[in-house]
Amino acid sequence: MTVEELAPESRPHLLRGVKLKNDQVRKTWVLLAPERYLRLNAISVDILQRCDGDAALSTIVDDLAEKYSADRTLIERDVRSLLNSLLEKRMLGL
Amino acid sequence: MTTQTAPQVSAQVSNQVPVQAPALQPPSAMLAELTYRCPLACPYCSNPLQMGGRETEMPTEAWQDIFTQAAALGVLHVHMSGGEPASRRDLRELVAHCAGLGLYTNLITSGVGLTKASFAELAAAGLDHVQLSIQDAEAKSADWIGGYEGGFAKKLEVASWVAEEGLPLTINAVIHRANVARAADMVDFAVRLGARRIEIAHTQYYGWALHNRAHLMPTREQSEKAYAEVEERRIRYKGQIVIDHVAPDYHAKFPKACMSGWGRMSMNVTPQGKVLPCHAAETIPGLEFWNAREKSLAEIWASSPGFNAYRGDDWMQEPCRSCERKAVDFGGCRCQAMALVGDAAACDPICSKSPRHNLIAEIAARDSAEEVAGFTPRRIERAREKSPV
Ligand code: SF4
Ligand code: SF4
Repeated sequence: MTVEELAPESRPHLLRGVKLKNDQVRKTWVLLAPERYLRLNAISVDILQRCDGDAALSTIVDDLAEKYSADRTLIERDVRSLLNSLLEKRMLGL
Repeated sequence: MTTQTAPQVSAQVSNQVPVQAPALQPPSAMLAELTYRCPLACPYCSNPLQMGGRETEMPTEAWQDIFTQAAALGVLHVHMSGGEPASRRDLRELVAHCAGLGLYTNLITSGVGLTKASFAELAAAGLDHVQLSIQDAEAKSADWIGGYEGGFAKKLEVASWVAEEGLPLTINAVIHRANVARAADMVDFAVRLGARRIEIAHTQYYGWALHNRAHLMPTREQSEKAYAEVEERRIRYKGQIVIDHVAPDYHAKFPKACMSGWGRMSMNVTPQGKVLPCHAAETIPGLEFWNAREKSLAEIWASSPGFNAYRGDDWMQEPCRSCERKAVDFGGCRCQAMALVGDAAACDPICSKSPRHNLIAEIAARDSAEEVAGFTPRRIERAREKSPV
C-alpha cells in the first residue's frame, strides 16, 4: 500500500468512522474519529463539508476562493494543509 | 477490558480559535464497562480483582438512560468495553441507542463471542469503530497469554469482518514479558490486518497487572529495544497506520498524564452503575463515588466527592505544586501514587522528581526478568496459578 497524495483531481472524502458533528454542548463543530476529536473553526468546517467524494480538490478550492473572495493560492494552501494532516491521521480518503 | 491506554480524549486543536475554558468542562468520553464477564483471562487485565458477575449487572434500560444523559452532558465518544461487551445479549440494542443519540460508538472487544451475523448487526445498528485486542503476533503464544484456545484465529476472522463492513479498525496490544520480543511484529501484523490504528502499550500496573507484576515486567533492555523498534515503524508506515505508543511507566522519566487529568475529560461506568474517573479509582480508600442508578450523571460529574477529590491543583503536594509540568501531566497517576507510596495525593513516583522515585528502580530490579512463568489468569472466580507453555 502506498501513501496517497493530494492532486488537483483528487476527490477527498472522510473515511467511514470519521464524522462531522455540530456539538450543541460545546457550541462548536467537531470532527469525530477513533479515539479523538478535533474542534473545527469555520473554514475547516467549510472545507470538510465539501469533501463529499464527488468534488475534486480544484473545485473545492475554486468554490472557497469565491465564497471568501480570497486569493486562490492562499485558500489552496489552507485546504491542503488541513487535508494532508487528516491523510496522515488516516481520517481521509481520496 | 482490552485497552491499556486511557481513552484518548486529547482535544487536538488544529488551526482554530481557542475556546473559552469554563471552570468545569463537559466530559468528552465515557468508558462503559458493560460487563466483567469475559471468555479470556489476560494476566494484565485492568479490571479489578473483585468483580461482580452477571446478576449484578445493570439492565438494558439503565444503560440506555445513562447514554441518553451522557449525550446531553456533552459526551462525544462512548467506548463499549468490559470484560467482553459481546458477552451481553443486548449489545446491538445498546449500540443502536447510542448511534441514535449521535454518540460516536466504539466497541472494545477481544472478538470472542462475536459471530459474522452478530457483527453485521452491530455495524447496521450504527457502530462507528472497532478496537480488537491481540495478545501476541503468533497464535500459540497469543492463545496461551489470553488463556483461550483458538482466540487468535478468531481475531483474524473478526478483523476480516470489520474490513468487509468498511469500519475502521484499531488493534490493541499490551506489551509484557511474554510478548515483548514481538512488539514491533504486532505493528506489522496490524498493518496486514488492515488496521488504521494500533494502540501499543507497555503494561501499566493496575488491577490484575499489578497483581501479576512480578511475572509481567520485562527487563529494561527488553523494554527499550521493543520501544525503539515500534518507534521505527512510525516512519516506515507513515500515512498507513497511526501508532499510539504508551511507554513503559517504570522505565520513564516523567509520569503519563493519566486520563488527561482526573475527572477532566472522561468517566468510567462499571457494570453495576458506579461512575469513576478511571477504572482503578476504587483502589484509593476513602473516596466516595456515586452510582448512576441513584443520581443523575450531570450531578455526579459536577459534585461527586470522588471526582472532585483530585481536580485542579489544590490537592497537590511538592514537588508537583510548584512544578511547571503540572499542567502537562497533572502530577501523574493518583492510583499509582496510592499503590506505590500509599498516598494518592503524592507525586506519582514514576516521576524522577518524586522523593520516592528510587522505589521504582527497586521494584523494577526486583520484578523485571526475562523468564516467563507463573502468572495468575484473570477470572471472575478466584484465581489459580498457571504454568508456562
Ligand atoms: S481478560 Fe483480556 S480480553 Fe478479557 S477483559 Fe481482560 S484484557 Fe480484555
Ligand atoms: S513533579 Fe509532579 S507535576 Fe512535575 S513532572 Fe513530576 S509528576 Fe509532573
